[in-house]
Amino acid sequence: MAKTMKAVDAVLVGVGWSGSIMARELTKAGLSVVALERGAHRTPGEDFTIPSVRDELKYRVRLELMLDTATETLTMRHQPSETALPMRRWGAFPLGDGLGGAGTHWNGVTWRFTPSEFVLRSHLTGRYGRNVIPDDMTIQDWGVTYDDLEPHYDRFEKLCGTSGRAGNLRGTRIEGGNVWEGRRADEYPNKPLIMSQAGLIFTKATKELGYHPFPTPASNSSAPYVNPEGLTIGQCEYCGHCELFGCEANAKASPNVCVLPVLMADPKFELRTHAYVSRLIYDKAAKKVRGVVYIDRNTGEEIEQPADMVVLCAYPFNNVGLMLGAGIGEPYDPATGTGVVGKNYCFQVNSNLPIFVEDEINPFIGTGATPAAIDDFQGDNFDHSGLGFFGGGFLAPTVSGGRPIQVRAVPPGTPRWGSAWKEATAQWYNHTFPLYFHGSNYAHRTNYLDLDPNYKDAIGRPLVRMTYNFKPNDHKMAQYVMGKTLEIARAANAKVIGNPQLRNNFDATVGGSSHHTGGAIMGTDPKTSVLNRYLQSWDVSNLFVMGGAAFPQNAGHNPTATIGALTYWSAKAITEQYLKAPGPLVHA
Amino acid sequence: MAEDSIPRRSFLKGAGAAGAAAATVLGGHSEPAQAQVPTQAPAPAAVPSAAGEALLTLTATEAAFLSAAYDTFIPADTMSPCGTDCGLVTYIDRQLAGAWGNGARFYRNGPFLQGKPEHGYQLPLTPHEFFAAGIKAANAWTRKAYGKDFDRLAPAERDAALKAMEAGKAEFPDFNSKPFFEALYRSAMEGFFADPIYGGNRNKVSWRMVGYPGLPASYGAKAEAYRGKKLNIEPQSIADFS
Repeated sequence: MAKTMKAVDAVLVGVGWSGSIMARELTKAGLSVVALERGAHRTPGEDFTIPSVRDELKYRVRLELMLDTATETLTMRHQPSETALPMRRWGAFPLGDGLGGAGTHWNGVTWRFTPSEFVLRSHLTGRYGRNVIPDDMTIQDWGVTYDDLEPHYDRFEKLCGTSGRAGNLRGTRIEGGNVWEGRRADEYPNKPLIMSQAGLIFTKATKELGYHPFPTPASNSSAPYVNPEGLTIGQCEYCGHCELFGCEANAKASPNVCVLPVLMADPKFELRTHAYVSRLIYDKAAKKVRGVVYIDRNTGEEIEQPADMVVLCAYPFNNVGLMLGAGIGEPYDPATGTGVVGKNYCFQVNSNLPIFVEDEINPFIGTGATPAAIDDFQGDNFDHSGLGFFGGGFLAPTVSGGRPIQVRAVPPGTPRWGSAWKEATAQWYNHTFPLYFHGSNYAHRTNYLDLDPNYKDAIGRPLVRMTYNFKPNDHKMAQYVMGKTLEIARAANAKVIGNPQLRNNFDATVGGSSHHTGGAIMGTDPKTSVLNRYLQSWDVSNLFVMGGAAFPQNAGHNPTATIGALTYWSAKAITEQYLKAPGPLVHA
Repeated sequence: MAEDSIPRRSFLKGAGAAGAAAATVLGGHSEPAQAQVPTQAPAPAAVPSAAGEALLTLTATEAAFLSAAYDTFIPADTMSPCGTDCGLVTYIDRQLAGAWGNGARFYRNGPFLQGKPEHGYQLPLTPHEFFAAGIKAANAWTRKAYGKDFDRLAPAERDAALKAMEAGKAEFPDFNSKPFFEALYRSAMEGFFADPIYGGNRNKVSWRMVGYPGLPASYGAKAEAYRGKKLNIEPQSIADFS
């Protein structure tokens, strides 16, 4: 029999960005909050220190901060007709673990999504015609608009001390910022980071071609900064160890630096780490969740935490897995297109073009965010008439650390080993960087999540199964943008242009981004979405689901700022509307 | 058993052009971090530089195989000593003996089904077991193809044998040779480029080769001052700060 804890107002599953922001907003409104984190407690000054924090093998190759696949992993297949097999070790992407979640080990790239992304189906049918969207492209409107989210994006950027330059300030377009972005009420809290040589090369080349380059918005702070929570963020050291590393300078925004110190001092808040939530307690008759059951990983004990409200703040796969495990909402069926839970799982479509240049690049001096980018091929910023695909993404030079186990491209035709390989490696290490395309991934009827019938996790639950592959829309988009990328490479006076690295099938061994979305999507209709516009479950009104799981499809920008903004948006609805009269915030 | 008839030997015999010049530079862990840069071409010599090195888990046959493979990947030349002298056998020995080698962070539940290449590694073997099985299979195959264990092959034959494994054309009994080749290759790159704390990349030789400055990597104002300019500084590793 499980031990039962004292009931609280709200229990949160997962303590990354959305968990810590939600906890902060709920405790400020006077609620008692217990937050459960399956991983370890992490304190920046204790866990991330020089010299060990600069260990490429430990953090990048052996993935020290990431989820142990022996505990929990995913299974993967390309089509519903196939048998899925487990990702026995991370290859395509690793999932995070521990206090701060992905907010600890991210690169700091802090984009706002383009306004048209939030009304994607309406926008595309409005611009290109009623019947232009293929039947199997199951894209939807979000139920929330850019204008709804703008103040919340602003809050998130100020929480993080984001460095950047506005391109659209209260409707005025500003050259040198991202002229494609939605209207901003305010400038970024910090000036842009120092532009690297690769950033200068990229900026010059793309300007010559008539594009609109700008410094990538980055939550790697360009200057010391005190955020609205009164917490101090350090200055970026350009160490080149962001993604999959913790930051010893406290310059990379993370929940651990930007929110948690305030929460830890709040008596309304209780954090429990090593608390592995195994299931939701679902009262089907009442259509309410009563709390969660978790396993204390220090003792093995099963513990019940009752609460008036449950907020799922874990990674998309876990949020969806917990809902499917509890039988909340109708599971999605790709054959009929009915059901919603698991629907519209999306990933990201990335490609690379290595280029080799005369200039000294010093790839080891850099921040996680790319130094510069263009959004001219983002979303619907360019005319898609006759192109045969929708979507797009940003293009950027990627110089986020010259860690030599993984970052040392050589020109095509170089042997993989021997003295000739060594010579080429030595010659080009400081003279190469990739032009990187970070593309949208629009939902497809047969890309979805459900529970695997064959494989179980360490506590006996079915693994989440992803049925996923890149589709013709993705390939056509990547091909088209690669054509533009090659033009940029030539304009950059590349001495050698590498082989375009385009995706074929989704491959569990080939790394890309770790941006996963969908499965518990928000929308305007309970028949086609899991959550209403406030991220509240249509079926269970005291259950809210945060994070990328709520995105109806994935845009060509990194998701973190949108996750942060959606959390503030949902928290506002909970504290200002829901708490006064708990029940559905939207009536279907 | 064919394998048992082959006399066990020290992998050091297999270490190719382990140079005397390199040996003076890389003579042992007592060398100070500021030791001279090994830029002189080492003269081929039979003197093993890493003599007396204790192994945690590799057998002599395994060590000989790995040494020969690593010296093919990373031959001694003007840029670095050979892979063995850079500490790569020590590196993989420690890795295979440790948590990673024995299946930490590895989902090992069945059923074990053969998937598509896109599913990645699906064997039940831990890295330690996989390396052992792969080396055994590779030696059995080179004995069939060339009449000798891999480490006894001439340099050109080693190169050809590795290319056959890379192409999946070496006949292994239980699994394709390509994934084994890729694991072997990856281990060489890890050992060569990782922080020297793991036993490879002795004297930060690969970091010097490419110009990677290592630690502390706190550049601050250098980000602007060295934009487009080469940063020539003595690389430092974790041990230099410990």
